[in-house]
Amino acid sequence: MKIQRKSLTAWLVATTMLATPGFAAGTHPVTGDALADDQTFTYRILDEHSSVDPQVVEDVTGSELVRDLFEGLMNQDAEGNLVPGVATGFAANDAKDVYTFTLRDNARWSDGSAVTAHDFVYAWQRAVDPELASPYSWFMELMSIENASAILAGEMDVSTLGVAALDDHTFEVTLTTALPYFPQMTTHATTFPVPRGVIEAHGRDWTKPGNIVSNGAYVLTEHLPNERSVRERNALYWNDGDTILEKVVALVINDENVALTRYMAGELDRTEIPSGQYPRLSQSNPDETTVFPRLCSYYYNINMTETGNPALQDARVRQALSLTLDRDLITERVTASGQFPAYTFTPEATAGFNVPNVDAMNMTQAERDAKAKELMTEAGYADGFDVELIYNTSEGHKRIAIAAGQMWKQKLGVNVTLANQEWKTFLETRGNQDYQIARAGWCGDYNEASTFLDLVNSASNYNDSAYSNPAVDEMLANAKLMDDASAIYTEVEQIIAQDVPIIPIYHYTGAYMMDTDLANWPIGNVEQNWYSRNLYKRAD
Amino acid sequence: MAFAANAPSVAKGRSLWGDARIRYLRNRAAVLASCVLVLLIAFVLIGPVFAQYSIEEIDWGIMGQAAELGKPTLANGHFFGADDLGRDLYARTLQGTTTSLMVGLIGASVALVVGTAYGAIAGYVGGRTDNIMMRIVDILMAIPSTLVIILLMVIFERSLIMIFIGLGLTGWLTMSRVVRGQTLSLMQREFVEAARASGVSDVMIIWRHILPNLLGVVIVYASILVPEMILAESFISFLGLGVQEPNTSLGALIAEGAGTMAYGTLWQLMIPLSFFMLTILCMFFIGDGLRDALDPKDR
Amino acid sequence: MFRFILNRLIYAVPTMLVMIVACFVLMHVAPGGPFTSERPLPPQVLANIEARYGLDQPYWKQLWDYIANIVLRFDFGPSFQYKDRDVNDVIAQGFPITLTYGVLSFIAATTIGISLGLLAALRQNTLADYLAVGFSFVAQVLPNFVMGPILILIFTLHLGWLPGGGWYGGQWQYLIMPVIALSTSYMASIARITRSSMLEVLNSNFIRTAKAKGLPTHRIVVQHALKPAMLPVVSYLSPVFVYVITGSVFVDIYFSTGGLGQAYVNSALNRDYSVLLGTTILYGGLTIFFNLVTDLLYAWLDPKIRY
Repeated sequence: MKIQRKSLTAWLVATTMLATPGFAAGTHPVTGDALADDQTFTYRILDEHSSVDPQVVEDVTGSELVRDLFEGLMNQDAEGNLVPGVATGFAANDAKDVYTFTLRDNARWSDGSAVTAHDFVYAWQRAVDPELASPYSWFMELMSIENASAILAGEMDVSTLGVAALDDHTFEVTLTTALPYFPQMTTHATTFPVPRGVIEAHGRDWTKPGNIVSNGAYVLTEHLPNERSVRERNALYWNDGDTILEKVVALVINDENVALTRYMAGELDRTEIPSGQYPRLSQSNPDETTVFPRLCSYYYNINMTETGNPALQDARVRQALSLTLDRDLITERVTASGQFPAYTFTPEATAGFNVPNVDAMNMTQAERDAKAKELMTEAGYADGFDVELIYNTSEGHKRIAIAAGQMWKQKLGVNVTLANQEWKTFLETRGNQDYQIARAGWCGDYNEASTFLDLVNSASNYNDSAYSNPAVDEMLANAKLMDDASAIYTEVEQIIAQDVPIIPIYHYTGAYMMDTDLANWPIGNVEQNWYSRNLYKRAD
Repeated sequence: MAFAANAPSVAKGRSLWGDARIRYLRNRAAVLASCVLVLLIAFVLIGPVFAQYSIEEIDWGIMGQAAELGKPTLANGHFFGADDLGRDLYARTLQGTTTSLMVGLIGASVALVVGTAYGAIAGYVGGRTDNIMMRIVDILMAIPSTLVIILLMVIFERSLIMIFIGLGLTGWLTMSRVVRGQTLSLMQREFVEAARASGVSDVMIIWRHILPNLLGVVIVYASILVPEMILAESFISFLGLGVQEPNTSLGALIAEGAGTMAYGTLWQLMIPLSFFMLTILCMFFIGDGLRDALDPKDR
Repeated sequence: MFRFILNRLIYAVPTMLVMIVACFVLMHVAPGGPFTSERPLPPQVLANIEARYGLDQPYWKQLWDYIANIVLRFDFGPSFQYKDRDVNDVIAQGFPITLTYGVLSFIAATTIGISLGLLAALRQNTLADYLAVGFSFVAQVLPNFVMGPILILIFTLHLGWLPGGGWYGGQWQYLIMPVIALSTSYMASIARITRSSMLEVLNSNFIRTAKAKGLPTHRIVVQHALKPAMLPVVSYLSPVFVYVITGSVFVDIYFSTGGLGQAYVNSALNRDYSVLLGTTILYGGLTIFFNLVTDLLYAWLDPKIRY
């Protein structure tokens, strides 16, 4: 009996081995990696996406889906550089306010019809249509397209938008001002084409699987809200020959620890590393942990208005608080996923940004602490003061706030009261300057320093510190008109380091657990604009 | 026969409460549970004297390395180990137990008193009053408590009292339904009908005849409410109304420990969970003991 | 009986109205709105969005339109958060899921809970009693947020028997953990209430009389004690049933089931006004309905009860 079973097993093994080459899906054309038979990529998302309608989507997870389902004029490569999408290329006039895109003639919708310049005209008009009320319609204003603002305000008809289809394959955009980085902005989901006929036939239901028609490398085949969504390879995509992944599955898992458990059980190919767990996981599973810089800053807002803390109206006190915050300790021991200690608001990874030489960077923590004590004494707060720090409810924010509170308390005698708030309440409180110090985070909309520094402009909607410095406002206005404004950005950062309307703490990293089979993740793309059609699964 | 329910028949001159006390003291499990609870309370009140750290102090050497350096040990003074930030779990567990005991006991008492009074009145008066009172309960059950708690937080200052109000707002609803159901049934018993016929006032009937017969169910339900209240506190804290850092509660400590239980810091879950279980275990036995002791028929 | 039911149905209408108005007022008073976000929208964009969803109308008009749309068209409006869907979609998708695992959990909790409670009461102070009490104790003190992750750690990671989450149309292997997690704590409460109530009934005079007449114990229990003993259990079960079938948010969170519980809690946190109102109406309607059923059950359990 025993022998028999053994030989049976041996026979099974032998036949499997013989059969294996026949089943293999082949090798990757560039890297030569052997490809896995099952080309399904399963990843975790924190929350249900808001929409997959390009003009309606507003969240990161939704945009990831939209980039797979639809394709705009231009795409990004693994490093974030511009590469052709539906457009094979573009030309600008000398004034750089009229851009002409040439569309490829083999682009198809998933129902077989051709993707034309008219689809782009329809989509872009739809994006500014007050009736649709796209939450990203401001992005079209930011793109400075002619008449976008007036249409949004309801003063002009959508047909007057500065876009035109010169013929089926030529799309022309007229801007109100010269915008050198305009083509970069066409990688944003809001600018992607949508199928007019399908939208008119189904109304709001057009994005449901079965109804949806898209022009990207994948089509949406299943969507079970708060459970999962599935997108499958679109055979009609113009570059389908280069697509390797057959199927991409996004699973909604709210709890990051449960997500990690399910990753460990082999149910996921990618998940986020829970806060503080990177050191342990990089020891136990060194091949699967991935960390890379992102275009995001974590910082504290200081309320600069009279509703804020009186002690914090003194720049020296703000400087002292900033100096005593031990960023190395926070990034190494609290967040612990390779985050970069931040002394400037703009991340170092931002394109064309030269990190200024801020004094604090060159000191040891002991020197910073000593300097801070001096500043507090000068300002008349040698014995500290009472202050409240608010943050939105989250384990990660809580840990940082606790550490910061203890640093201030132990080094400066500042008595910190912590208070968490539920998200919407928190936004309201912070937006109304009804706080003293508040946690904040910001991710760049595009890869340029102004996406960060505009936040300290006194006119900015996002300036929650209510910081107002006419010199800074003027410099930022000038920067808009220059080809290379990096010198100005550096100077603004130096002013911020002196005035401290915000205390930068760290620059984010992406920290993933990623199956070793999954290849080609674009870790060099700081905006994390990834496309499933560039990924593939290696054979074990 | 019917009146026997409330008339002491074992020894004349002994009150209901005196009887109950004797019967309670005869119940070994209940007495033991009471002793343990008293010891537990004494420990959380006196224990902090021996703590080597305050609840908020960060042990910088342990921060971020709790799995290796933060184990429970006598050597470094962290008797119950440390949390991920290097804060002393001994001090924090004791403080959290104090908070949660208060939340559980006061919250359940509020629910018990309000729910019993409301349910007994609705059931006793009956008719349209009952209908309207119970429809109000329906409405309160359906209104999203998340919004109510958020509003409480915005309108009032954060404080421990607001937690009791937040918990009390929802806790009494089911209790009132249970009590009303029992009252409806009790109303039809001979002894209540007899009391009414002999002209005893409504208040006296509720007090002397209805309430004593409700106690069994009410006490058991209250002992179920205690753990519910303690855990509900962590949701209220999530919204921002409840206990704020550096203060803590058992619910918060257990939730924190549960999040990291797979990462080699199991004591962060087990220690607060043990305190929670011990508390609830005591409550259960005391509840059952009280029920048996106060049951007017049980002799 | 018919008049009683009719009377209650008439009462249900103003009750629902008060519920809607109260919820409407609360959500508009609560800080932040559906379109409050980390990046505040430019005023013009916000104005367009508010106009699209009718939020620029006076409150009374919004409320009137809302109720009129429900009554005339059974239309609960579009979701403000999930812009591809409307409230009917959200409920049609989430409710069947929640109903499935909810009803299964309810059946498990009541059958096992009542059996354990009866066993403990009839064998008071024996090993069976202690085991039943001990089990219900452990089931009760393991909080949901400990139970969920532990089940996944054991059954998914260590044993590899069950998938860690998802719904997949309600296949059995996706149902087991949600039902265990949801039913245990109710099971424990039901067992405790049953035990206590049964003990009380067994000690009451009419049971003693029956015993004195020499009736066998099982006949006494089945014929005389069971129905009155179930009264408090039934009072407790009605709200539990509504809680369970409208969804428990922690089940959806830990097991990614996609049920209505998560939609409900998220709608409050996201200030998704229409979904919040829609789920509240569903929740309120079920509460009213099952409280009526409870009252009818009372009359059946204790025929003397008159309303």
